[in-house]
Amino acid sequence: MTPLKPIAPIRRITLGILFFVVFVAIWAAATFGGLVSKVFLADPLTMVREGISLFVEQGFIKDIGITVWRVVGGFVLAAVLAVPLGIAMGTYRPVGAFFEPFVSFARYLPASAFIPLLILWAGIGELQKLLVIFIGSFFQLVLMVAVIVGNARTDLVEAAYTLGAKDAGIVRRVLLPGAAPDIAETLRLVLGWAWTYVIVAELIGSSSGIGHMITDSQALLNTGQIIFGIIVIGVIGLVSDFCFKAANQKLFPWALLR
Amino acid sequence: MGVVAVSAARDPSASAQLSVLQVGRVFPAPRGRGTIEALQPIDLAVERNDFITILGPSGCGKSTLLRIIAGLDTPTTGRVLLEGRPITGPGPDRGMVFQSYTLFPWLTVRENICFGLREKGMALPEQQERAAFFIDRVGLNGFEQHYPKQLSGGMQQRTALARALANDPQILLLDEPFGALDNQTRVLMQELLLGIWEADRKTVLFVTHDIDESIFMANRVIVFTARPGRIKTELAIDLPHPRHYTVKTTPRFAEYKGELTEAIRGEVLQTMARERQPPADSGG
Repeated sequence: MTPLKPIAPIRRITLGILFFVVFVAIWAAATFGGLVSKVFLADPLTMVREGISLFVEQGFIKDIGITVWRVVGGFVLAAVLAVPLGIAMGTYRPVGAFFEPFVSFARYLPASAFIPLLILWAGIGELQKLLVIFIGSFFQLVLMVAVIVGNARTDLVEAAYTLGAKDAGIVRRVLLPGAAPDIAETLRLVLGWAWTYVIVAELIGSSSGIGHMITDSQALLNTGQIIFGIIVIGVIGLVSDFCFKAANQKLFPWALLR
Repeated sequence: MGVVAVSAARDPSASAQLSVLQVGRVFPAPRGRGTIEALQPIDLAVERNDFITILGPSGCGKSTLLRIIAGLDTPTTGRVLLEGRPITGPGPDRGMVFQSYTLFPWLTVRENICFGLREKGMALPEQQERAAFFIDRVGLNGFEQHYPKQLSGGMQQRTALARALANDPQILLLDEPFGALDNQTRVLMQELLLGIWEADRKTVLFVTHDIDESIFMANRVIVFTARPGRIKTELAIDLPHPRHYTVKTTPRFAEYKGELTEAIRGEVLQTMARERQPPADSGG
C-alpha cells in the first residue's frame, strides 16, 4: 500500500463488501458458537426470521412509513425556514450579527433533552415528533448555510459588480448558485442526523414507528427484532443518502469538475 | 475641500475620457496602529482609444488605482471622472479582467459571456448572437458549453476578456490578466488582446509588472514608484500598428526596454529593501 494511491473501482467495491461479510461472519461465529447468550444477542438467522415476521405478521411497513413521514416532515419544515434565514445571515452581515450568537448557542441544546418538555407542550402526538426533529435540524442548518453563503468568493462578487450586477443580482446570480451545491450537501448531512432524533423521539412516548417497535421488542427480550429494526434504519438512511447524492450530481454537474 | 478645488484647477484635460484627479488611498495598517499609504495623490488623463499600461513593482498601488477606477475601492482623496461624470461605484461602463480566474464556475463559457447582457435585460437571441461574436473573437469556438474548470488558464482569461468586451464598456480595465499564465501563453494572449484593440480601439488600462508586456501593447507606459505609489515617469511608445511579435526584436523596442528597465530597477530595489522590514499590506 502506498499513501493516497488510488485503487481500481472493482477492488474498492470488493473491499467494501468484504467488510460486511467479515462482520456477519464474526457475528455468526459469536452467536452460533455459543460465545454470547441468545438472550442478549440473536444470531443472524433468527434476526432474518424475526424480520420476515415483522413484515408479514406485525405490519412493520406501517411503522416504517410513519417514521419516514416524521423525519421528512420535520426535516422539510426545518429546511424551509432554516435555508432562507441562513442565506440572509450569510449575505447581510447585520442579520448575521443579530442571529449568529443565539443560533450558535441553540445548536448545542440537545434535541433529545427537549423531549420531556415537548411532551408537556405538545403531548405525545405527531407534532411532538416533528418538533424534536425540527429543533435538532433547524439550528444546525441555519448556521451551516450562513457560513457557506458568507464564504462566497469575493472576487466573483466583484466581477459581477463590474459586469453591471446590482445587489439583488449579486444574491440571486452569484451567491445562491455558488452556495447551492454546498447547501445541498449540508441538507444531506443534516437529514442523516434527523434520523437519530426521530428514533429517540419514538423511544419515548410513542405508539408507532420503528423506535416504538424497538422499545416493544426490548420488553420481550426479542433482540432479533431490535437488530432488524436498527438495520432497517441504516438501510433507509443509506438509500436516502444515495438519492440525495444522485440528485446533487444531476443538479450541479459543474461542482464535481476538478 | 482644498483637494477638490486644486484638482479642478489641475484638470489635465477637459477632453479626456477618464480623468484621475488627485486620487490617493490610505489603508489602515494590518493588526494595529498607523496607516499605510498605498497611493499618493496622482493625476492621470486617459484619452479615448488609448492603450495605457501601468508598470510598477508589486505592491506599488497600481492595482489599487485600477480598483478605484473600477469602483471597487474608494479613494481616500480625490475623484475619478468618466466622460466627465464622477465614479461612485462599479458599473458595466468599465469592464474588468482580474488576475485571478473569476469566471462563474456554475456557468458555461457562453453563459459567462452573457452574464452582463442578461443583467442589462437583453433578449436571449441577441445575447447569444453577441456571445457568439466574442467567442469567435477570442478563438473559443467549440468551447461554448464548457465549464470554466474544463478550460486551461489561458482559455479562462480569454473567456473573461470576452465577457468584459461583450458588455461593450467604454473602457477596459485589466489587472495583470495574464500574470498567472505561463510565458508562451502570455505572449499569445498579448497578441490576441492587441489584435482586438487594433480592430476597434477601445480604451484600455492595463496593469502589469512585465516590461516587455507593457511596451508591446501600449501607446503610453506609466511607470509607478515603489509604495507609496505615484507616477514616476511616462513613456510614449511610438511603434507602428499593426504590431507583429517581431517588433520585440527591433532596436526601437530595445531602447524603450532599456529606458523602462532603468526607471523601474530603482523602485524594485527599494521594494526589496522594505520587504526585509516589518510586514507590509496587500496594497498591490
